[in-house]
Amino acid sequence: MENYEQSFNYENCLRNEELTKQGYEKKKQRKTGTTIAGIIFKDGVVLGADTRATEGYIVADGNCEKIHRISDYIYCCGAGTSADTENTTALISSKLELMRLTTGREPRVQNALTLLKQYLYHYHGYVSAALVLGGVDFKGPHLHMIHPHGSTSTLPFLTMGSGSLAAMAVFEAEYKTDLDEESAKNLVHKAITAGIFNDLGSGGNVDLCVMKFQNTQFFRNFDKPNKRKFSRINAYRFPKGTTQFLEEKVTLLRKNLVIENLDKNNNNNDNDNNDNNDNNDL
Amino acid sequence: MSIYEYNGSALIAMAGKECVAIASDTRFGVRNQTVWREAQKIFQINNKTFLGLGGLNTDIWTLKETFRFHHNLYALREERDMSPKVFANLVSHVLYSHRFGPYFVSPIVCGLDDDNVPFLCGTDEIGAQEITHDFIATGTAVESLMGVCETFYKENLEPEDLFETISQCLLAGVDRDCLSGWGAVVHVLTKDGITTRKLKMRQD
Repeated sequence: MENYEQSFNYENCLRNEELTKQGYEKKKQRKTGTTIAGIIFKDGVVLGADTRATEGYIVADGNCEKIHRISDYIYCCGAGTSADTENTTALISSKLELMRLTTGREPRVQNALTLLKQYLYHYHGYVSAALVLGGVDFKGPHLHMIHPHGSTSTLPFLTMGSGSLAAMAVFEAEYKTDLDEESAKNLVHKAITAGIFNDLGSGGNVDLCVMKFQNTQFFRNFDKPNKRKFSRINAYRFPKGTTQFLEEKVTLLRKNLVIENLDKNNNNNDNDNNDNNDNNDL
Repeated sequence: MSIYEYNGSALIAMAGKECVAIASDTRFGVRNQTVWREAQKIFQINNKTFLGLGGLNTDIWTLKETFRFHHNLYALREERDMSPKVFANLVSHVLYSHRFGPYFVSPIVCGLDDDNVPFLCGTDEIGAQEITHDFIATGTAVESLMGVCETFYKENLEPEDLFETISQCLLAGVDRDCLSGWGAVVHVLTKDGITTRKLKMRQD
């Protein structure tokens, strides 16, 4: 088992615990109150996600990216604490890339799954990442979900996050085996849209990722069902001098070094000199 | 009470046309008592990167020194400055390494990349990045700041207009927050240089 202890620093824990005892509450961390979903279709896998990130009931980011790249043919949707989903997938992605370079083979989905579940189980659920992992390797399409505690399940269609019930309702009603690509995309789109509109933690746009053998298409903002319906006609304008200030300091950045050409035979090539000067600025 | 409300802060960063601006209030208080009116919450990392830190003041200064240390090591080893994007990743990494015992800060990173394209990024206390292209706000006044930014902001502002917009956003935003205000500072970063202004504002 690898030693993960090195990656985290616990020096503030005692201090923070003391502050909690004194009555200072913990702040809500940024979560991806989320709808993420994936299905297997005839030639591969479709993953889908909404784009809302929340801090408590505040929308921290209306258009964030929840489908993370693990390798060229493996992608992973993340729900839970956004720092955890981002860092966990990035860590496994880099491990798999190193593995790809040492072995000279494309990583398999099973490989990513094992690394992720071992990592999450190691932290006993304190790294709160709930993941939907999908990809196509030479053994065919694969779709798994990983819970924050490290348990996994493998299913032909699955959903996760706070909007999982809404999305699963759509899948349960309409999923069929051996769907073609277009209907698979539409079905995931419909499931994510159900999450966006029926779950308060989910919202924004629909991201999709379609993976076939040796062929990945990522549709960032596949659908934008929540565009702003109007824009201001007369935007606010502040004339120069509106804001009064007490002090002003202007710092000019170092200008490009000018190197004079001392070669008298070459005086006509002014343009060349300027080009050289640009390169001298570091 | 949250530990984020111990000192109080208000920060905004905004993108313009080949320029970015970052603004903060300068109050340093201990709960309801104001201790100092010229606290620094924005730090220049290099010629093209600024870091704004809101939250608990003691952590602001600890982290500011940590980031400076890492940036200097990088600059010595690579013989170049960190780009804003790399610096934002550094911030994220340091904060996430304290995942289970976090520093109580909410940072924003802004700057211009090699092509002078604005870069804005905010993170939560454990380093989840949020990269935006328009504006980002943080601190105890974040709700009111986001509100005014949403109405006042326009795309592709020139540096002088950006200064007016970000200043008016900050001044209007901190009026609805008891824990921030008492002075403000605005930095406007363009490819030619940095303009720093201390704003005249109400002192209540």
